[in-house]
Amino acid sequence: MPIQYYIYFCLALFSIGIIGVLTRKNAIIVFMCVELMLNAVNLLLVAFSKMHHGAALAGNPATTAGIDGQLFVFFIMVVAAAEVSVGLAIIVMMYRNTHSVDINFLNRLKN
Amino acid sequence: MNTIQVLFFFLSVLAIFSAIMVLVSKNPVHSVLWLITVFFAISGHYILLNAQFLAIVNLIVYAGAIMVLFLFVIMLMNLNADAAPRKNLWMKLAGVISGGCFLMVLISLIRQTVELTGKTVMMKEGNIGLIKNLGKALFTDFVIPFEISSVLFLSAMVGAVVIGKKN
Repeated sequence: MPIQYYIYFCLALFSIGIIGVLTRKNAIIVFMCVELMLNAVNLLLVAFSKMHHGAALAGNPATTAGIDGQLFVFFIMVVAAAEVSVGLAIIVMMYRNTHSVDINFLNRLKN
Repeated sequence: MNTIQVLFFFLSVLAIFSAIMVLVSKNPVHSVLWLITVFFAISGHYILLNAQFLAIVNLIVYAGAIMVLFLFVIMLMNLNADAAPRKNLWMKLAGVISGGCFLMVLISLIRQTVELTGKTVMMKEGNIGLIKNLGKALFTDFVIPFEISSVLFLSAMVGAVVIGKKN
């Protein structure tokens, strides 16, 4: 499978995430679109890792080149799990104060 | 067109359709369910790339833990009572146009890149995605980031409790 197909697919997912962040008002949906963008980047990292591994496998049959990309994806998932827990706590706090999750209310954040 | 290409296009179309449905759903619970479909499709892509460990971790962590957390928060808030969004069509149109411009610029960039022509992704072969090789690399070369990530989890847990606490 050519690498361009994966790049186009991940770009489409990433752009859908960007459009969601720019157009939706609900803070939870905005947060979900951020997760969508993270997943698009993860898939592209794995695709590039397999591309690099396939190119390196021709020279050395026992190589593990390209394994760094998959470990990067693992650490991205770790950080995303931590980020989601803190972010949802912030959204719950915001809902408790303003009784809404509209992100337009966030411009009054300083008081 | 062999089986792998059919599966690739099926999973891609499923993921993009579900991602669009995440955006256009009015009910946030439906958005979460469509996003779970996107994650399942992406896990299918990982299996096609023979990254089996990441496929399972993606299912457990994203579709299992994170989406349940989202669903729990949405149901805690009872959001569908005040579903009265005021129509701001120009802002939506500006967002769609800017996202489309981003997509067009990057697609034209990728189409002109000479370094990427002829490069193929190795499907369903290669053993770097297996848990044995990933674990070996994780506990030899990447052991310091692995230990630091445990500190990150501890601080995220403490932070979530402190932020969410009623004062």
